[in-house]
Amino acid sequence: MTSAKSVKLAVGLAGICLFFIAVFIGWARQPRQFRVDPPIAAALEQFRLMPNAISGTPAEVYFAMGKPYESTAFDLSQGKRLYAWFGCSQCHGDGTGKTGPSFLDGWWLYGPSMVSIVASIRDGRPHGMPAFKDEMTIDEIWQLAGYVKSVGAYSTSSKAPSRNDDKTDRPAENRAPAAILFNEGPVLPRPDQGPSR
Amino acid sequence: MMGKESSRPLLDTDLDDVVLEARLAKTWETPTGFWGIFATVDHKIIARRYLATAFVFLFLGGLLALAMRLQLSRPEARFIGPDRYNQIFTMHGTNMMFLFAVPVMEAVAIYLVPLMVGTRNIAFPRLNAYSYWVFLFGGILLWLSFALDTAPDVGWFAYVPLAGPQYSPGKRADLWAQMITFTEVAALAVAVEIVVTVFKQRAPGMSLDRIPVLVWAMLVMSFLVILAMPAIMFASSTLILDRLVGTQFYNPAKGGDALLWQHLFWFFGHPEVYIIFIPAVGMVSTILPTFVGRPLFGYLALVSALVATGILSFGLWVHHMFVVGLPRVGESFFTASSMAIALPAGVQIFCWLATLWAGRPVFKTPVLFVLGFIVTFVMGGLTGVMVASVPFDTQVHDTYFVVAHFHYVLVGGAVFPLLGAVYYWYPKICGRMMSERLGRWVFGLIFVGFHLTFFPMHILGLAGMPRRVYTYQPELPWAGLNLFVSLSSLILATGFLLFLIDALRSWRHGRPAGSNPWGASTLEWATTSPPPAYNFRRIPVVSSLTPLLDNDGELTVAAGLRTDRRELLITSVVEALPQSRESSPRNSIWPFLASIATSILFVWSIFSPWAVVWGAIPVALALIAWFWPKGSPEDES
Amino acid sequence: MIKALIIAVLVVSVAGCSGNQSALDVHGQSAVALKQLIVIMVIACAIIWLLVSGFLVWAVARRREVRDDEVTKRKMTVGVQSAAIATVIIVAGLTMISFYTTRLLNSAADDAVVVTVKGQQWWWQFVYKQDQNQALFQTANELHIPVGRDVRLELESIDVIHSFWVPSLAGKLDLIPGRKNILTMRADRPGIYRGQCAEFCGLQHSHMALMVIAEEKADYERWRMSQAAPAREPTSDEALAGKDVFTARQCAACHTIRGTPAVGTSGPDLTHVGARQMIGAGLLETTRGSLAAWIADPQTLKPGNNMPLVPLTSDELRQVSAYLEGLK
Repeated sequence: MTSAKSVKLAVGLAGICLFFIAVFIGWARQPRQFRVDPPIAAALEQFRLMPNAISGTPAEVYFAMGKPYESTAFDLSQGKRLYAWFGCSQCHGDGTGKTGPSFLDGWWLYGPSMVSIVASIRDGRPHGMPAFKDEMTIDEIWQLAGYVKSVGAYSTSSKAPSRNDDKTDRPAENRAPAAILFNEGPVLPRPDQGPSR
Repeated sequence: MMGKESSRPLLDTDLDDVVLEARLAKTWETPTGFWGIFATVDHKIIARRYLATAFVFLFLGGLLALAMRLQLSRPEARFIGPDRYNQIFTMHGTNMMFLFAVPVMEAVAIYLVPLMVGTRNIAFPRLNAYSYWVFLFGGILLWLSFALDTAPDVGWFAYVPLAGPQYSPGKRADLWAQMITFTEVAALAVAVEIVVTVFKQRAPGMSLDRIPVLVWAMLVMSFLVILAMPAIMFASSTLILDRLVGTQFYNPAKGGDALLWQHLFWFFGHPEVYIIFIPAVGMVSTILPTFVGRPLFGYLALVSALVATGILSFGLWVHHMFVVGLPRVGESFFTASSMAIALPAGVQIFCWLATLWAGRPVFKTPVLFVLGFIVTFVMGGLTGVMVASVPFDTQVHDTYFVVAHFHYVLVGGAVFPLLGAVYYWYPKICGRMMSERLGRWVFGLIFVGFHLTFFPMHILGLAGMPRRVYTYQPELPWAGLNLFVSLSSLILATGFLLFLIDALRSWRHGRPAGSNPWGASTLEWATTSPPPAYNFRRIPVVSSLTPLLDNDGELTVAAGLRTDRRELLITSVVEALPQSRESSPRNSIWPFLASIATSILFVWSIFSPWAVVWGAIPVALALIAWFWPKGSPEDES
Repeated sequence: MIKALIIAVLVVSVAGCSGNQSALDVHGQSAVALKQLIVIMVIACAIIWLLVSGFLVWAVARRREVRDDEVTKRKMTVGVQSAAIATVIIVAGLTMISFYTTRLLNSAADDAVVVTVKGQQWWWQFVYKQDQNQALFQTANELHIPVGRDVRLELESIDVIHSFWVPSLAGKLDLIPGRKNILTMRADRPGIYRGQCAEFCGLQHSHMALMVIAEEKADYERWRMSQAAPAREPTSDEALAGKDVFTARQCAACHTIRGTPAVGTSGPDLTHVGARQMIGAGLLETTRGSLAAWIADPQTLKPGNNMPLVPLTSDELRQVSAYLEGLK
């Protein structure tokens, strides 16, 4: 075989190998999740919280799924829809806070972990955060929590949602401007907010 | 003689053929091995690659189509879910339009135009090499995204707001938009090369009225590319800006407009289909006279029709937006213009019919495809006249009727001539004939399979079946026809499979072809099959439209070009009078390296806007190295 | 009244629940005009195609010698020129016919019924108006219109571009965010007509159908009155329990049932869901079983749609489906 042919063969084989590796990775990646199996949904509900309901551990199944709600663009985007549908902006504005705390001041009243945020949404918090346990399913709550966490993110993520098709003035989540908007924290709308001792 | 040779430049004037061929081969050849693959600037090698790559994409797109037909064969079938199906039909359209149809026509142009105008290489050969790599990397990007389950899923036309930042999460639509950038850069590069080659590098004596119709067609196509591609580049760039950086181009709440996207896209999109169709017209006009034994009738009418089609194609784009709610008077203008383009198309058809009528056709495979083209394209054009009417379109827009229409005009109007062209020029490209027996089977299966697959879609569309659906309800009366269509698509697929087998087998085992097996009259048949690296021993001189039929087959040539460095002849635009000698660049690795730098820039900019800044540095370095004079003989001229 | 009822029953039994969705099976004023145009153009174009193909077959089958003399060239010139002139005439004629049909499709009369259509991913919201501005009631996926009277549809989109298309009654028109398009429709006779979204709008574009039910005036008025009224109170114990489940669980956060505490707005209005022909935007016929199946697992029936899988026990499911079926 001449050297030209062997080079062509090598290049061709490399290309085919590359394609099959990509197919394998694509197959191994989680496809977009539209439906959470009821047993998994039940398991997602079983996260364990520390006292004061600050932080804790998600269920094992969350790690088995690959922590999707924090890192999948689709779930973050669904979370953003839920933020609009369930009226979160009534108290939290577009993340900058109104009667409810801001997500953009670099300060998480109950800690930044996913489980805390999920607990806040599901069970409510003192001084006005309602419980959404009977308004959203648990996977929706996880999606919303993942989105809220991305609003307050400290660095750019290419997976965070981009700008809305509406009149928002806050820069989009995927530009990580949160750091720019960080005020001297914490800025509490009410002085007695925060975990009770 | 030794003393004289060393003291004056080595012109081809006094050398005999054997010595001339040896010297030219040494000057022009591409070395084998690694260097040859990545550094060649020979237009024939690059065009062969383009052709092979485009046909690979055709077959991949065809597999996608078979997957779609499988899913649609039964109502509420569960073979493919909605997410995957949306990716598949988007990939099918995007792949066929951007990675197959335009590149394959450009490939034919890159191969044939320099040969048909009688020059040694295409203009800007290194740009040509660069454009192939950019095209290849863009195609790989798109197909890799499909393998990774992040293929775009918004349709090949990616309407906003569905493709916008809010409704299309992830990088899917960004990959689509950036793939467009790759393919448009490649297409623009090739278009520029063709325009310059056709205007300035023609053989002496090939005045404007002696240019082969195929070359005219490729020239018109190139102008369409140059004028239409910027619209889609702007559109895709602004889409990425909206999605990545948060601009408001397509956000109605902040002063943008969802319809802006449609106008921009279709301002490109309509000329795009003529970019695909016009070269096919050129191919038909070249194949037909060879097989009917008389010259083409109506050269002036045909060329005028080509130019008129090209110009008119820019005035039709709103016919893709008839149901968007634009003012009726405006829409009616576009009805009139869309109907008007039937006139130049019709003139071309009538000229071909006249040529067939006055000649005596020999039914070789290329002619079969031309006949199939006429029958199919006329039907597609007539359904085009139907959908050009605004009220008609309000019932059939976005239904299977339109799917049938555009497959008739694209497959009938471009793929049939292309397949005929492959059978016709395969001997020139590979030096061997394709199988005539298999060719008839290929034509028969593809023609029958095509009509059986796509004709019922007209009925489905009128019966209410919309487009881009992954399934339909059982109570609707579409199941039977859909199953019929799906089964017929297997016939079409078999035809293409046979074509692939024929093409691959003939490469090694086809009957060896001489330089002019069909007895054709254009200049590419004046050299060997396959042509040597330098195309012609001496530059031909033409005095008519059919140079190989004059002078009892003896070709007049011009002498005086150097043999020790790459040189070609520059002639004037209108009369093709010789003006100067021009150096043609040697092989260079820099186009390949520049394409890698460009690809890094484009892919990185999907993820971060800073890529435009930092990624420009390697590109700049590669371009500087590309243009840096290397002291080769060509640089000194 | 009895006659209207008999006609309605006959129409329903003949047309079936799916209704007509065909540009060739027309019962609307504009669709009839469009069908005439379609027929004329198809016949004209078919004749042209037959002529061209016939000439082609004849020209290649003739097997005469090659001719290249002046007489042949003149014949060919005359032939091509005449064909070109014929093309111009035919194309101009078809253009005129098209313009004429466009003018026939006029805008709505003053006494038109006005309905605002809000397209969402992946269902249709219809807001009937009392007068110009005041909304009377909302419903989803099923439009009732009076026969013989213009209906003015104000098309808006909540999210992406959709397209409203009921081929048996009228041509399509897009719903574009940031724009309001107006479509006028008029049914000639009572019947059920199926429509579908005709602009690719995402995952479940295929399952975004709507039903248009054209009724005689009296039936239409009766329907309108019943739709404007709040939801029926449940009669059986099971349905009563179902109402409690509905309002206590996640259902009420997204759906509205007027007259109950359920006031959610992101999903379709369910006040009179039991009276609708189909649920899920043309997915399933409305029966107790299909309601239960839908609620039990909407993501398997319509993957990717915005209704989550709400985990209910089988008792709760039975109760809720009984309640919803009773909301006529």
